[in-house]
Amino acid sequence: MSTSQTTTTDHHPALVHQFDSMEQQKAASTFGMWVFLLTEIMMFGGLFAAYLIYRIKYYPAFVAGSTSISVSWGFANTLVLIASSLTMAMAVWAAQKGKRSYQIWFILGTMILGSVFLGIKAKEYYDKWDECHVPGHVIGKGFNAWGGCSVQNPGLGNIADEIQKHAHDSGTIVPEASAIQTAKQTEIFFSFYFLMTGLHAFHMIIGMGLMTWLLLRARRGEFGPAYYTPVELGGLYWHFVDIVWIYLFPLLYLISRHKGAA
Amino acid sequence: MSTATTAIKPVMPARHYLNDNYGIRSWLLTKDHKRIAVLYLVSITFFFFMGGLFAALIRLELLTPAGDLFTSDTYNKLFSMHGINMVFFFLVPSIPATLGNFVLPIMLGAKDLAFPKINLLSWYIYIFAGFFSLAVMVSGGVDTGWTFYTPLSSGFLRTHVALMAVGIIFAGFSSIFTGLNFIVTVHRMRAPGLTWGRLPLFVWSNYATSLIMVLATPVLAITLILLAMERTFHIGVFDPRYGGDPVLFQHMFWFYSHPAVYIMILPGMGVISELVTCFSRKRVFGYSFVAFSSIAIAVFGFLVWAHHMFVAGISQYSAMVFSLLSMAVAIPSAVKIFNWTATMYKGSISLDTPMLYALGFMGLFTIGGLTGVMLAALGMDVHIHDTYFVIAHFHYVMVGGMVSAYLGGLHFWWPKITGRMYPEAPAKLAAIITFIGFNLTFFPQFILGYLGMPRRYHAYPPEFQVLNVLSSAGASVLAVAFLMPAIYFLWSLKYGPIAGDNPWKATGLEWETSSPPPTHNFHEVPVVTTDPYHYGSDQEVTVVH
Repeated sequence: MSTSQTTTTDHHPALVHQFDSMEQQKAASTFGMWVFLLTEIMMFGGLFAAYLIYRIKYYPAFVAGSTSISVSWGFANTLVLIASSLTMAMAVWAAQKGKRSYQIWFILGTMILGSVFLGIKAKEYYDKWDECHVPGHVIGKGFNAWGGCSVQNPGLGNIADEIQKHAHDSGTIVPEASAIQTAKQTEIFFSFYFLMTGLHAFHMIIGMGLMTWLLLRARRGEFGPAYYTPVELGGLYWHFVDIVWIYLFPLLYLISRHKGAA
Repeated sequence: MSTATTAIKPVMPARHYLNDNYGIRSWLLTKDHKRIAVLYLVSITFFFFMGGLFAALIRLELLTPAGDLFTSDTYNKLFSMHGINMVFFFLVPSIPATLGNFVLPIMLGAKDLAFPKINLLSWYIYIFAGFFSLAVMVSGGVDTGWTFYTPLSSGFLRTHVALMAVGIIFAGFSSIFTGLNFIVTVHRMRAPGLTWGRLPLFVWSNYATSLIMVLATPVLAITLILLAMERTFHIGVFDPRYGGDPVLFQHMFWFYSHPAVYIMILPGMGVISELVTCFSRKRVFGYSFVAFSSIAIAVFGFLVWAHHMFVAGISQYSAMVFSLLSMAVAIPSAVKIFNWTATMYKGSISLDTPMLYALGFMGLFTIGGLTGVMLAALGMDVHIHDTYFVIAHFHYVMVGGMVSAYLGGLHFWWPKITGRMYPEAPAKLAAIITFIGFNLTFFPQFILGYLGMPRRYHAYPPEFQVLNVLSSAGASVLAVAFLMPAIYFLWSLKYGPIAGDNPWKATGLEWETSSPPPTHNFHEVPVVTTDPYHYGSDQEVTVVH
């Protein structure tokens, strides 16, 4: 049996023992990241499928719930994340070109935009808590029949009233009993709102951790044209999390908005 | 083996992965796939005997018709913990994480898996999940069954459902990491000349398994997260009190857990392909059919989950489609059985211990598979749903199939792992006792189920006692059969005869390196020039050096 002598022209310090060459290592790492993202798609996919079932089952409630969350903050956050994807892509470019100070600034920029996103998300969560729209009585203040805080603070977050008001504005009448029924069903919308954005925010936080790690390595000058795989894979992850949000935004914030639900 | 009279007496290599360095740190911080496989082997054996202990207690309770040994609550916990232990901590990781971890990179001619650190991490996550779950079991356990059906699990029971879900989610991540590692390694790290069409069938079946691990396990994770969230924070997902749909839980759970039974059986099929060819001294019959039937099983496996839900109130039309698709799984499974049989035809068969397990697998898996087709039939399923018929079917596939294959594979590669042979006579005896004990345990359960004995009850009408006593007696025989290898494998570590590089005269790269292999598997990068299983040709065994 013959042997093949693998030629490694430059033995890069980042080359680990199980690979023959940097090319093989990069191909394996990149492929591994894509397979990992596939598992992420399946995980979010399960959640999206469950969302879809209830969206069909309780469509009016999902419209009412969707209308009650702030589309402007959601849109602002969408812009923030798209901007962060740009800085991330620029960080990868800087790593490929071996420009160390650009790497640091673009990674920092990505982290700042990520923090802005999480900050806005926290503000939105606080508003929901304030309006008694957090489902369950363990962390929430309790979801009453009108879907709001009508006992402590009449009018605040009261979804049944909103449903009747919108119906009245568009020239139809929704009886109180049916409005209350729909308002109660919005609890399941808010369950999914918090589960989906919560899982997404959790991924953002992990992304921030990844960025910190990349920042430290970039400061040490580890990345250059010969080796920039970690930045590229961190970027893949970051873009993936952004894309999840690109789906979450219309699914949660924009239900029936085009039909004039304000 | 009758090769003891060969001229050259085999010797242990001077340096190999076991004596490369010593000490507890060299094991706990190892990145060598072979050592990680050994770590997995030890831990999986522990959880197998834990699960076996629960099974023994179940069979002890069922000796008498009255529920006299345990209360019904305790009994519920026992069968739940038996199922959780065996499914998530033994069957799912068993062959991939031990035998797969050990031989798959060597079969590919690679120095290691693509991501050795992630491989070690997967073991740590497994150990954490295992002992976390064990702690949950000790501190009260769960009584939902391993299926965690809502709303029973999400609202009614007062046991540690959420904590157990956490343990299982972690176990799931450990198997995702193993699957990811295998997929990347098979794609990117094959030796020169090792094309896809030359891959050993064990690699094909582990590749198919890895696809399922990577694609299905995340869905289990999110399902159990939703369940734990609903249970802990009372937010509406599956519980009808909050407008949730409990049947959705079943859909999401079985979307993982049906493909998961193929995670459990496919690696076993890969082992059998290796054993049947080696001990028949023949090329495998229809290589590409056997290889692609693994992929077909993996793909079909994703399309049949609702056959667990025929009586859960799903629509008749979807039930019919799922019934038909479930029967379709029988086709690739039958391809395997027929091709193994055709491989044996006119082969020079030697009945060494691994082959005995392989033959046991073929018979028992066939029974398990055919009763699976019976269960896939709508009318039949309504009659025997949730009876011991289902239990017997499942155990014929999982114990008769998977555990047989696991033990067969362990005997086959034991000389490669340790460098020493196990004692053949007690091993053959154990294989035969396994077969007898297994059939005695589970065949009566087919009859019990058909007669209408439901699963998950600790008391039963007296007319079922004879068959239950037979089953419990069989279980004790089976326990002896499983304890025997544990003893003689340990014995062989010190006293077993030196095996030599290739005690079975088998083909495959793993037999071309020393036993045990060096830390980096090969002294020189191997180059593959032949198809796998070139048995019967003149240069039957190629020697590396």
